[in-house]
Amino acid sequence: MTILEADGLAINFGGIAALAGVSFAVEAGEVMTIIGPNGAGKTTIFNLVSRIYEPSRGRLRFCGEDITRVPPHDVARRGIARTFQNIELFEHATVLQNLLLGRHAHKRSRFLEELLFLPRVRALELAHREAAEKVIDFLDLQPYRDSLVVNLPYGVRKVVEMGRALCTEPKLILLDEPSSGLSVEETEDMAFWIQDIRTLLGITVLMVEHDMSLVSAVSDRVVALNYGRLIAVGTPREVQDHPDVVKAYLGA
Amino acid sequence: MRFVFKTSYDQELGLFRDNVQRNWYVALLGALVVLPRLLPDYTSDISLVFIYGLCGLSLMVLAGYTGLVSLGHAAFLGIGAYTHVYLMHDLGLPWIVSVAVACVVTGAVGVVVGLPALRMTGVYLTIATLAFALIIQEVFARWDRVTGGLKGKPVDKPVLFGVSFASDLAFYFLCLAVLIGGLWLTANLLRAPTGRAWVAIRDSEIAAQSMGVNLAVYKTMAFAYSAALMGLAGALFAHKIGFLAPDIFSVLLSIQLLLMVVVGGLGSLHGAMYGAVFVAILPVLISQARDAVPAFVAAALAPLGKDAAHGAFGLVDRFVKQPGLEPGLFGLILVLFILFEPLGIYGRWAKIKLYFSLFPLYKRATFRRQKAYMRSERLR
Repeated sequence: MTILEADGLAINFGGIAALAGVSFAVEAGEVMTIIGPNGAGKTTIFNLVSRIYEPSRGRLRFCGEDITRVPPHDVARRGIARTFQNIELFEHATVLQNLLLGRHAHKRSRFLEELLFLPRVRALELAHREAAEKVIDFLDLQPYRDSLVVNLPYGVRKVVEMGRALCTEPKLILLDEPSSGLSVEETEDMAFWIQDIRTLLGITVLMVEHDMSLVSAVSDRVVALNYGRLIAVGTPREVQDHPDVVKAYLGA
Repeated sequence: MRFVFKTSYDQELGLFRDNVQRNWYVALLGALVVLPRLLPDYTSDISLVFIYGLCGLSLMVLAGYTGLVSLGHAAFLGIGAYTHVYLMHDLGLPWIVSVAVACVVTGAVGVVVGLPALRMTGVYLTIATLAFALIIQEVFARWDRVTGGLKGKPVDKPVLFGVSFASDLAFYFLCLAVLIGGLWLTANLLRAPTGRAWVAIRDSEIAAQSMGVNLAVYKTMAFAYSAALMGLAGALFAHKIGFLAPDIFSVLLSIQLLLMVVVGGLGSLHGAMYGAVFVAILPVLISQARDAVPAFVAAALAPLGKDAAHGAFGLVDRFVKQPGLEPGLFGLILVLFILFEPLGIYGRWAKIKLYFSLFPLYKRATFRRQKAYMRSERLR
């Protein structure tokens, strides 16, 4: 079953075509990776899927529904969560508060109830807390629960950001360069977590990644982009050996 | 070091960290109850601190928690004050109804002002709110029928359920009760999803949006709630000053309100309270300095001869009695705090507390600001 489908996706920034009609489909339950040289349009695809950018042409379908025109804050509620290449955490809040904000898409309390902090709000908060604690256990974040994000090392922030995305209980998670800036050991942990996200939590993963060893270790399929065009789709091996991909990375 | 053993999730949803902290707050409340007995001459001044506390709370929600800086909050204070007085005097509504309506009206104006805020960020928003404040001040001056125009409007003492709050002491407790109520409501919001969404908007709009926060709704909500609190403060403020005139709600007052939250410490309710105390004491200090500084300079220059001392006295005296000095001084304090103690009095207090709890192991580097990692430039 196809969970996310991009159909002729295109976007121009001024005169530059960042994406020139890209079509691909992500199957439910798979790990798909987008690779490509700098400026190929990988993160642009993420920003289109999370509706931060407005596509010039093309359609996006998620779980059979057209999401090309939904507002950006509605994407999380539909089941798409994401992380950012350069980490966009709420720095002056604790790890726990960051994770709880990930529960925002499941907010059930109304303003007036919250103003008086009625028992219903308390019960809902406890439920949110339990959901966040599950993610904390899953990602081994227990030691950092109450630390402010500003005080955390880069590697931990990466994990916290992934945790925040998981707290939304998504069907599809978009990971933008999950291993960038991580040490070898941390990258190894990341590989395990990506597999666990897929197998234990049953969440489909779409990621952008440069580390080819991580890509080959976890992805089922790889999409290669160059200059806003799709140049190859297939298993990691197939794509790595594809002549166009070799050309894109090494030059003619 | 004090250890708090966390044994249930419920515990962390409480207003207080533990019983020790709660007992301190109870003790503080007790102190505030007996304070008017100890300082009977200052009862009225301390109730002004409570009103400032409400104002600080209002601006703290907007600037400290949501990250939207407003230079127009004196206008909301004015709208609250004038609406309340108009409803109470001219339409004869009971006090409590009039205050409630004033809050709603101010909140509604907050929504209207908040709407353009969705398109503006940073300094542009601040300038827009400044313009709003100037327009509103003009409205106060011209809308004679409602506001009394430049002649002003006298305000009666509050009467609540047939009980008069005319005495300073009764008014003191009224202000204290309203402040505690405001603190409670705000603390409730801040520990609920709405408060988290506000903090998220402050720290990263893009991430907040991706997590499902509707920026338009929550920014408008922050504006409305902040304005409504300001309206509440305005109603009390009207009774406190006893006479409404347009020039009270000037830009200077707006700056003073902003000064309050920055000096107190952005992003903490404690900070709003510290700031309120600071801003209430500041004019007293300034007026004392006005009298003391010229004499002090003259005394310091006395060895140079009588003429030099006298000349210096005259010069300094003329300088400190210039009318525009106060806003300049406020601005200077604001700048100095932003430069040297961005977390304000609350931040300083947190450092002192940590120093003693870790003694003798405190490291200055604990609070050094780290280099921020690159934020995603591509999204701007």
